[in-house]
Amino acid sequence: MIVVLNKDSLLVGKEQDVVPFLSRVKEYATKISMGLVNQTKLVTACSELARNMLKYAGGGSTLIEIISKGRENGIRVTFTDKGPGIEDIQKAMEDGFSTGKSLGLGLPGAKRLASEFDIKSTVGEGTTVMIIKWKNG
Amino acid sequence: MKVDISKLLQKKKTQILERWMTNQMADEILREDLISNEGLRNQSEELLTKLVKLVNDKNITDVQSPDFDPIVEILAGISHSRARQGFSPRETGFYIFSLKDALLETLQEEVKNDPSALYEITLKVSKLLDSFSISTFETFIKGREEVILRQTDEIAEISTPVIRVWDGILALPIIGTLDSARTQVVMENLLQEIVESGSGIAILDISGVPAVDSLVAQHLIKTVSATRLMGAECIISGIRPEIAQTVVQLGIDLSNIITKASLASALKHAFSMLRLEVKKSTKENFSL
Repeated sequence: MIVVLNKDSLLVGKEQDVVPFLSRVKEYATKISMGLVNQTKLVTACSELARNMLKYAGGGSTLIEIISKGRENGIRVTFTDKGPGIEDIQKAMEDGFSTGKSLGLGLPGAKRLASEFDIKSTVGEGTTVMIIKWKNG
Repeated sequence: MKVDISKLLQKKKTQILERWMTNQMADEILREDLISNEGLRNQSEELLTKLVKLVNDKNITDVQSPDFDPIVEILAGISHSRARQGFSPRETGFYIFSLKDALLETLQEEVKNDPSALYEITLKVSKLLDSFSISTFETFIKGREEVILRQTDEIAEISTPVIRVWDGILALPIIGTLDSARTQVVMENLLQEIVESGSGIAILDISGVPAVDSLVAQHLIKTVSATRLMGAECIISGIRPEIAQTVVQLGIDLSNIITKASLASALKHAFSMLRLEVKKSTKENFSL
């Protein structure tokens, strides 16, 4: 069972919001004394997803949570937007696929960096991406 | 009984000004270090004169009326300059609120025989002054935002210096997150400097970049390609262990780029490319 210990919600509506959001994620990761490598992985994954949200949906809201499952602590970050949605999620999760002009590594890369990854998207309604990074995972 | 607001104000103008000044003086937050009493008095008098001249029975209920544009303009000027001088919003807000107090006190004395007329006029004056104070706040915040914007520009400007470390070798330490706008500045500065100095090697040091995501990597790759087009070689240094692991897991391919862990090893590599050697001198005494 997952217990939420602490949470914070931030809006990401423009490029300038990304850096404060990332430092908040980092602050939370430091709070549960996550190692430097995992911290960097988490922050990088969050950076990918936040920028995705900005680029394709024009912004959205984020929820940062400290969670605990048994003896393991971790950070869960949820990105919710009301953008156009993703037509073919399977394709979007492939390396090198991008509808924009980027490297196409955002979603698959974030999935590899995170311990757990979940994406739900409805065309025309929006997308929700949830990632968990365990302290030692 | 109908109250003629403009006549009343004209008659009582000096009294209102005195009251206003007393109100402002009485407040302990008055900042004599930022504005002299005389300056404050002149400022206040100018504003009150305009207000008395412009206000009449018709436009007092219409706060959006273009008649009040000159007043809003003066207020904007005042709060703008106050924001820059370092006043707090409370102090700036108090300026207009103390005028309201002075006006209401005077009205109360003048119209004391007719409570309903007093109530009506008080309400109108309050509304007008409230809208003025809101516009003061708006411009106050705008003034502050301008300060922030200017600082942002300054940070962008100073954080991307191109250093000539050696004849033919340039170094560019990048600090902070690389977004599209910064990459543009970095690339422009770097390419310009390559042309001017005729350097063959550029070292991009990313020790100060907190996280390398695919966007940052893409910008780096673009910069390296542009440098190569100019006929120069580009080395990326300052890749920390955690960044290296993240980049690999993210799936970014930087294998076409020469990367080094530290600026020192990048410089060493650059020296060997230019067939330069750094040797320990055999002589004990060296002369410059």
